[in-house]
Amino acid sequence: MAYTEEELKKELETKEYEYGFYTDIESDTFPIGLNEEIVIAISKKKEEPEWMTLWRLEAFRIWKSMEEPTWANVHYDKPDFQNISYYSAPKSADPNKTLDDVDPDLLEMYRKLGISVDEQKKLQNVAVDIVVDSVSVATTFKKTLAEKGIIFMPISEAIKEHPELVKKYMGTVVPQKDNFYAALNSAVFTDGSFCYIPKGVRCPMELSTYFRINQAGTGQFERTLLIADEDSYVSYLEGCTAPSRDENQLHAAVVELIALDGAEIKYSTVQNWFPGNKEGKGGVFNFVTKRAICEKNAKVSWTQVETGSAVTWKYPSCILKGDNSIGEFYSIAVTNNYQQADTGTKMVHLGKNTKSTIISKGISAGKSQNSYRGLVQVNSRADGARNFSQCDSLLMGNECGAHTFPYIEAKNKTAMIEHEATTSKIGEDQIFYCNQRGIPTEKAIALIVNGFSKEVLNKLPMEFAVEAQKLLEISLEGSVG
Amino acid sequence: MLKIKDLHASVDDKEILRGINLEIKAGEVHAIMGPNGSGKSTLASVIAGNDNFEVTQGSVELEGEDLEDVSPEERAHKGVFLSFQYPIEIPGVSVTNFMKTAINESRKAKGLEDMPAKDMLKLIREKSELLEIDRKFLSRSLNEGFSGGEKKRNEIFQMAMLEPKVAILDETDSGLDIDALRIVASGVNKLKSKDNAVILITHYQRLLEYIVPDFVHVLHNGKIVKSGGKELALELEEKGYDWLKQETAV
Repeated sequence: MAYTEEELKKELETKEYEYGFYTDIESDTFPIGLNEEIVIAISKKKEEPEWMTLWRLEAFRIWKSMEEPTWANVHYDKPDFQNISYYSAPKSADPNKTLDDVDPDLLEMYRKLGISVDEQKKLQNVAVDIVVDSVSVATTFKKTLAEKGIIFMPISEAIKEHPELVKKYMGTVVPQKDNFYAALNSAVFTDGSFCYIPKGVRCPMELSTYFRINQAGTGQFERTLLIADEDSYVSYLEGCTAPSRDENQLHAAVVELIALDGAEIKYSTVQNWFPGNKEGKGGVFNFVTKRAICEKNAKVSWTQVETGSAVTWKYPSCILKGDNSIGEFYSIAVTNNYQQADTGTKMVHLGKNTKSTIISKGISAGKSQNSYRGLVQVNSRADGARNFSQCDSLLMGNECGAHTFPYIEAKNKTAMIEHEATTSKIGEDQIFYCNQRGIPTEKAIALIVNGFSKEVLNKLPMEFAVEAQKLLEISLEGSVG
Repeated sequence: MLKIKDLHASVDDKEILRGINLEIKAGEVHAIMGPNGSGKSTLASVIAGNDNFEVTQGSVELEGEDLEDVSPEERAHKGVFLSFQYPIEIPGVSVTNFMKTAINESRKAKGLEDMPAKDMLKLIREKSELLEIDRKFLSRSLNEGFSGGEKKRNEIFQMAMLEPKVAILDETDSGLDIDALRIVASGVNKLKSKDNAVILITHYQRLLEYIVPDFVHVLHNGKIVKSGGKELALELEEKGYDWLKQETAV
């Protein structure tokens, strides 16, 4: 979306969470609770082959034996997993329909979200897969992509149409038993995106998925599987929103990226789940497992702008398995009011001459808590591994917190690991300087924050960068008295 | 244009300005001189509306309007500009972006649309030439890693961009070498008109050789103890401030 300055300004006048509407679409929702029958029912509903059903059941059994992790620096009332509906689909969704058949209410919802499934998007050269609640609604551009041999479709369809690829790769980067939420996701995931870029193909457009939770009392468990075959390239965008609700909603996604020899994947996320209101009521619990595996000479860049969610637990990671592979993590995490974020990355150096870069920018305001947690691990065989980490925190006011937990495990003497960290506060003198030039305080803060985050914002595709900047401003409005 | 009446101001209950009276008309250049700690920078801050200073008595009027309840940004919109003695760093924000934001916020306050990019570009080109500023300089983070001279030159560039009615230059000459001083001074001279006014705060006569003031005021202990023409600055240069201190003590 080409936001003009004027549009930008107009939108900035809205202070409340602007995606907080609820579209009344008839939903097909499962009863609450989780047991083997529900898992089987989900699989049946999706008309899945038997291997998939068995895979889910295995995950469910693992999950039952696991405990919710408590090591993160976040505090919340644990969700009652038996009080959530694990499947909610807009009733009128039918994967075989063309866009013209899509429920007009649904399209209106997209319009409010500012995403267009229609011609506008074509002009932007972005192919979109939209996941509302649990079901992937429409994938645009399928045909253009198909000509290049690129597969981009809901994962539920991929399971049926490309079982060999799904079977080969699903769970190879994030196994079912990886962690509590990943296991849960593996058992009950209902949709998500699947993408395959063939050998040597450079994907001609940005691929994009938009996630949204609509129905009350539902969880969203989407699963993304992206495979970039040898020497291919793809840039993938992911956006998230949810309506404002009093109760907490659960989002537990799994994203698996596979970059084969010489491939490059850029994965960008702008996460704007409902953060809860000013008193800390409601908001989305965002417990996400994202991981990439890099084969020889491959490169994966994670870029994330995290402004939403009541609680965020998320560590997009890279396993640098192949020699000369590169992992990058660029992150902006904003917390305001009562938000809590524990986010960072893991860079696991297995191959020789592997390189990783971590740039993390945390911005805390209100009574929020913002933690960076990162692990840089160098395996004994990873000769010549290099890492550079930079963690900067910006504080606003006296009631918020910024924390940095960097872990380094180096088992190879040739490893070079650098870590830099800074903490700063927006100074009164900076604000006054801006004021004196005619810039009001709120705008001054936005300017300073954008400047602080610039290194990361620059990594986002243009269109996304504008949206992200706008989000930063919205999330911090009213944060300085 | 700017009328200061019996102005008293304090910081942390310590009175710094103790009754300043000053009237500045359009087209005039006033120099304010005085020893360290006499209240020169405080006066500049108070005119700009810095709320670290409390005005306890008296008033500042701009074109007949009392500025007491006017916020710093509104004062800026009305045409008050302060060239800071110690310009502030804002990492990651380019000079261009900063100026664009400042100009558009001023326009917004006046109910105008944003300045079209084409006009903005033209203005930047024109003003950077005026101050002999390399365009590359404008893409750098505001004041970050700038030399003392670059910071001051950047302040005057901003002044040129914003075209204020009253410009207060707080020790703009400090940290400038002779070439930079000449460029900055010639910039200020070109920006001077019959419709605006300049207040120069300085320790030294040097700047006044380039920007010739109509009036010179000497500040001591929060009061103006002597006013005169440009020749007063020369006298101060020659005799120092001690004779004035003695004179006022009597």
